Amino acid sequence: MSAKKETLGRTVGIVLAVCLVCSVIVSTAAVSLRSLQEANAKLDKQTNILAAAGLLEAVQTKDQIATTYHEQVEERYVDLATGQYVEKSTDYDMYKAARDPDRSIKPVPDTAGILRRPNVASVYLVKNPAGEVTRIVLPVHGSGLWNLMYGMLAIDNDGNTVRELIYYDQKETPGLGGEVQNPEWQAKWDGKKLFKNGDVAIDVTKGADANDPYEIDALSGATLTSNGVQNTLDYWLGENGFGPYLTNQPWKS
Amino acid sequence: MTNTKEMKKVLFGPILDNNPIALQILGVCSALAVTTKLETALVMSLALTVVTAFSNLFISMIRKQIPSSVRIIVQMTIIASLVIVVDQVLKAYSYEISKQLSVFVGLIITNCIVMGRAEAFAMKSPPFISFLDGIGNGFGYSFVLIVIGTVKELFGFGTILGFEILPLIQNGGWYQGNGLLILPFSSFFLIGGLIWLIRTLKPEQVEPKD
Repeated sequence: MSAKKETLGRTVGIVLAVCLVCSVIVSTAAVSLRSLQEANAKLDKQTNILAAAGLLEAVQTKDQIATTYHEQVEERYVDLATGQYVEKSTDYDMYKAARDPDRSIKPVPDTAGILRRPNVASVYLVKNPAGEVTRIVLPVHGSGLWNLMYGMLAIDNDGNTVRELIYYDQKETPGLGGEVQNPEWQAKWDGKKLFKNGDVAIDVTKGADANDPYEIDALSGATLTSNGVQNTLDYWLGENGFGPYLTNQPWKS
Repeated sequence: MTNTKEMKKVLFGPILDNNPIALQILGVCSALAVTTKLETALVMSLALTVVTAFSNLFISMIRKQIPSSVRIIVQMTIIASLVIVVDQVLKAYSYEISKQLSVFVGLIITNCIVMGRAEAFAMKSPPFISFLDGIGNGFGYSFVLIVIGTVKELFGFGTILGFEILPLIQNGGWYQGNGLLILPFSSFFLIGGLIWLIRTLKPEQVEPKD
């Protein structure tokens, strides 16, 4: 290490040059890859919705995902307070809106542990070729054991019968709480009923009776995750969640 | 300048003789976290190897220009830029895996192997051999990750790269997955066992008693 490289001007010059080159490389990579990344994120979301819609088995290639999605799924926006549809631009993101104090509220009581809830939520209407709504896919999220769990709840157009509960983003313990993503457990939700006499009656419980339409067997070894699922559903199906929407059933009109 | 023998030593030495995880005990935290499945372990290994190799290459190329008073910061800048590029590429071409690896790709920046090789080797050696040294240490890291990842996935989930080897009870088979191996900290035991094994085979790695 010779002394001549230790002058102030030289040090600053080298550091600036390195920073300049590095920033050019990083920004080139970020800009040139952005469209691919956005396409991936969109495809991922559409895949999850199609899985909840029960349309994913028929899909073979990636191109078909986008086609099937555009043909059979319609995204609508629901004002959670009134349960009626509202208009929003297509790039509306309910999870971003939940971080904006002007467009969200603090739920009281916050039973699902979500901290803030957007005023307007997305719903995905699954339509048959005749244009009738066959399934409604509701985005739900709530605290599990370690972190928020994000899922898609698909129900029939009677607003009561569950078809799928697909968790697509969770950080539960693999092998225990992580089993919320196990296809065998997911299959147990098919045909269960959510409401009894207008109240949320679905119950994630130990030793559930498989024939009881209101009971789902809890995950073994994952009591807190199972409670998280229960709280998530209680909240999102209740008064502060999609309750008014499911009572009004505006998809029928 | 460099002969084949030296190149071989630089490239393959870090796998057993001078393994960055097993002998130098560097980069252990990421080895704990990403080895639950073999697939994530492979991608992480590849990402780290690329970052170490190219950071060594670039740092070695400008090693005579880097003022020694700020050399660590300059090294960090180069390493961080490479890590961001790798992260962006993964997000673009391998979205599912990048979601599973989440923060750990970004944390390559703080992986001591990259920094250690830049400071200990690339600052003193010409570019090509530094590049090989980066690849070699990437191999050493990969070797440990692949061994741990294979053991954890096979005995924890009964699969290898997602293919069922031992059918699990909950899927109608006979094998009860080992819940401990699914958790990140079980890698401590496995890495410990691996270090013991390597040092039994190569007693010269055992440190002298104080």
